Amino acid sequence: MASNAPPTNINLIGLTRDVYRGLPTTLCAGCGHNSITNHLIKALFDYGVQPHLLAKMSGIGCSSKTPAYFVDQAHGFNSLHGRMPSAATGAKLANRELMVLGISGDGDTASIGLGQYCHMIRRNVDLTYLVENNGCYGLTKGQFSATADVGSTMKNGRPNEYDVIDVCGLAIELGATFVARSFSGDGKQLVPLLQAAFAHKGTAILDIVSPCVTFNDHVGSTKSYAYVKEHDVLLHAPDFIRRSEEVVVDYEPGTVQDIAFEDGSHVLLRKLERDYDATHRIAALETIHASRAAGELVTGLLYINTATPDLSTREKLPAAPLASLDEAALRISRDDWATLMAT
Amino acid sequence: MAIPRANDFTIRVGTINGSGSQSSNLVLTNAIFRLGIPVAPKNVFPSNIEGLPTWFDVRISPEGYQCRSRDVDLLVSLNPATWATDVPSVKPGGVVVHEATYPMNGDVVRDDLTYYPVPFAQIAKEHIEAGDLRKYLTNMIYVGVLAELLGIPAETIENAIRGQFKSKPKAVDTNMNAVRLGLDYAKEHLTKSDPYRLEPMTGMTDGLLFMDGNRAAAIGCVMAGCTVAAWYPITPSSSLCESFIALTDKYRVDPATGAKNVAIIQAEDELASIGMVIGAGWAGARAMTSTSGPGISLMAEYVGYAYFAEIPAVIFDVQRAGPSTGLPTRTMQADLAFAYALGHGDTKHIVLLPATIEESYDFAMQAFDLAERFQTPVFVLLDLDLGMNSWLTKPLPYPEKRFDRGKVLTADDLNKLESWGRYRDVDGDGIPYRTVPGTNHPNAGFFTRGTGHDEQARYSELPDVWLRGLDRLVKKHDTARTVVPAPVIEEDNHPVGIVAFGTTHHAVVEARERLRADGIETDYARVCALPVSPDLAAFIGRHERVYVVEQNRDGQLYGILRMELPTHLISRLHSVRHYNGVPIDAHAIVDPLLEAERAPAVVAE
Repeated sequence: MASNAPPTNINLIGLTRDVYRGLPTTLCAGCGHNSITNHLIKALFDYGVQPHLLAKMSGIGCSSKTPAYFVDQAHGFNSLHGRMPSAATGAKLANRELMVLGISGDGDTASIGLGQYCHMIRRNVDLTYLVENNGCYGLTKGQFSATADVGSTMKNGRPNEYDVIDVCGLAIELGATFVARSFSGDGKQLVPLLQAAFAHKGTAILDIVSPCVTFNDHVGSTKSYAYVKEHDVLLHAPDFIRRSEEVVVDYEPGTVQDIAFEDGSHVLLRKLERDYDATHRIAALETIHASRAAGELVTGLLYINTATPDLSTREKLPAAPLASLDEAALRISRDDWATLMAT
Repeated sequence: MAIPRANDFTIRVGTINGSGSQSSNLVLTNAIFRLGIPVAPKNVFPSNIEGLPTWFDVRISPEGYQCRSRDVDLLVSLNPATWATDVPSVKPGGVVVHEATYPMNGDVVRDDLTYYPVPFAQIAKEHIEAGDLRKYLTNMIYVGVLAELLGIPAETIENAIRGQFKSKPKAVDTNMNAVRLGLDYAKEHLTKSDPYRLEPMTGMTDGLLFMDGNRAAAIGCVMAGCTVAAWYPITPSSSLCESFIALTDKYRVDPATGAKNVAIIQAEDELASIGMVIGAGWAGARAMTSTSGPGISLMAEYVGYAYFAEIPAVIFDVQRAGPSTGLPTRTMQADLAFAYALGHGDTKHIVLLPATIEESYDFAMQAFDLAERFQTPVFVLLDLDLGMNSWLTKPLPYPEKRFDRGKVLTADDLNKLESWGRYRDVDGDGIPYRTVPGTNHPNAGFFTRGTGHDEQARYSELPDVWLRGLDRLVKKHDTARTVVPAPVIEEDNHPVGIVAFGTTHHAVVEARERLRADGIETDYARVCALPVSPDLAAFIGRHERVYVVEQNRDGQLYGILRMELPTHLISRLHSVRHYNGVPIDAHAIVDPLLEAERAPAVVAE
């Protein structure tokens, strides 16, 4: 396996783990979102994210409160319900040096925010986008969201009649360049996937099933801890190799898929039971459809494509942040002005 | 019937949308301008690409009036669909140039008009090669006919064509040949029997040029250093962002690397375009969107957010006629009240109200300074008339001031401060300090939210904290009153005052002259921005009766003034409104004022 120097209490850029912590959570005890926050703190620390370059963006809902619970020093932007992708796009255009981390939920993404979610993906904005997916509206006390499975029941026993919107399948259909699914309870899988998402240059979607202990953790729910643990099928075992580390591998040929990122880091996808090529778009869609038909929750890096340029590249933005440019760079010169006014 | 003065009449050209009459209309306009005569073109067009009726008015006035005239003196009719309704609208004594085959019966037969039938279709068929170009060139024939009838030299027309087809020199001869067909036909077959004529003038148009407000605003965006624009196509604002794209393609690209110092995104809707602008403003870029009424409706939630979270944004609203989809290609000033208070809860914004091409440019630039100075959305309200019609203007002046980026703390600033709070009112003007993401200092970060927050940007539901926040926003708004563009006041101790804003100005200019001729002298205050300036309140305080003239049904500025002025001034205000979708003319002001001033008891109500 990789020589992955064990993280001490100082990371790649010389910061302690404490720097990556935030305010105490105000979510319910046992909420899956709190586990995700903890995994995020580990992933941000391990990856060595510069706090002042991190932009924590979110929409509205339980999930969208979580940016307050990590990396206190970073700028946070708790935007509108379903409208975080546009604000995140604007922030990234203004300053391409920012590492934009968007945190959303299933209602925020698949219901009110579906349009912005789709168009963010279509533009391949360079950011990490988390769907903390519990299939229900927690803050308004448990109504279904559009990611609830058909037949899954509410706490009062009422079943969901409407077909699910699969945010991963949809993302791949729209041309997403990084699509992963995980479970809030599986840090071993989630932490490397998060770091791979940070390293990916383009929109990285992580759909993380995250049970709502208060409104959607009962028998009959397909987003409960018990249901997810029982139906989780791992596609592969991911390992993240950081940019400063050497890839030293000792695996059998054909058992690991190695994906390299622009910053020098890698994600290694170790084969478990099945052969899976995470760069095969059609196969990824087939896997999603087949697993749902079989009642399984397939988790792992479903699809990745590192060739498609991100928005800033397509827009030919300069290396310096647009926000930093001054009059000399932005105004028409006096000579050109005379010509302009003469036409 | 009085004999019309030279250079004082309005030509209306009625054609079919999509027949290419725009080029010939612009050539005609430009040729008259080249004679030194002030012209004001107004395109009255349908929400349609091809087939529906469209009109183009060229107002010619020796005084240089730029507003519309409701009188049509000279009609060119090239649309059989509107022939029967256009002719009756011509002023007695007027002229009709028309396709000779149109039926002469019913209301089109008048004994107070001069008719010049011209077989346009037949001339075109005989002399212009069949094909796509024929219908465009047919329109050039009428330019030739008018040139002969009104006395525009052929070489002036040719120069105007050269100006029009600068990028396509081959088109000059083709178009000029079509113009000659009209000139020759008129010379041989028409006997001039009307009094309308053009005579070259001097001193009225020297150094002026034509520009539309959308382009002027786009130039303002370039010079203000706007680096992020997000928009969704909507009439009549599309050409603002399209002009910005064209200008930045030319002036913002590094020829060596191809890098572009701007990002312009055509968003999926206005919800997203405003979101991108606010995200970019939060991250420190100067960002704008341009839209019209329906887009403003969609932006309401994010604009309210940016007001409360205090994020700079510039929003151009090129107003069209509403409510709802309304008349997408007609003009009104009916978004004023909505824009001013856009957002749920208590909100009020800075709104700039340009009236001219120079102000479209200047206020666009000022909007970015004000947005960053006050850390808030700033609206610039144009309208279709200003945004899409060509206006005579002086060349725009090169900006001499640097950008005002407002109260932004850098890492160095933070090193010198023991602590800071995002929403603290340190200077007593209601305007706090901010940092932008990417500032390399451990204290730089804060949490931006639309929820209740204290001076440190921490979540709070405490009543006192909430009150302090709302009251500070009012203080900030009050600070803006004397910083936004002040009203332009023309005053000479008359008891009657007129208040107007935006393009209504041009009708007020002419109306005041006409009223003076009728014995009523007026003073005038033109509102250039909201919030209302104390200068305006003082102006109203110095007048017995103040007529608030605007282009909307409900008297929106009148309503805002009634809300904001001291109670004792309110009874002095009287509302004059014009809202049929075509630009306001002087009659729409003169008639109600004359009526009211001659029956003051009724006015007092």
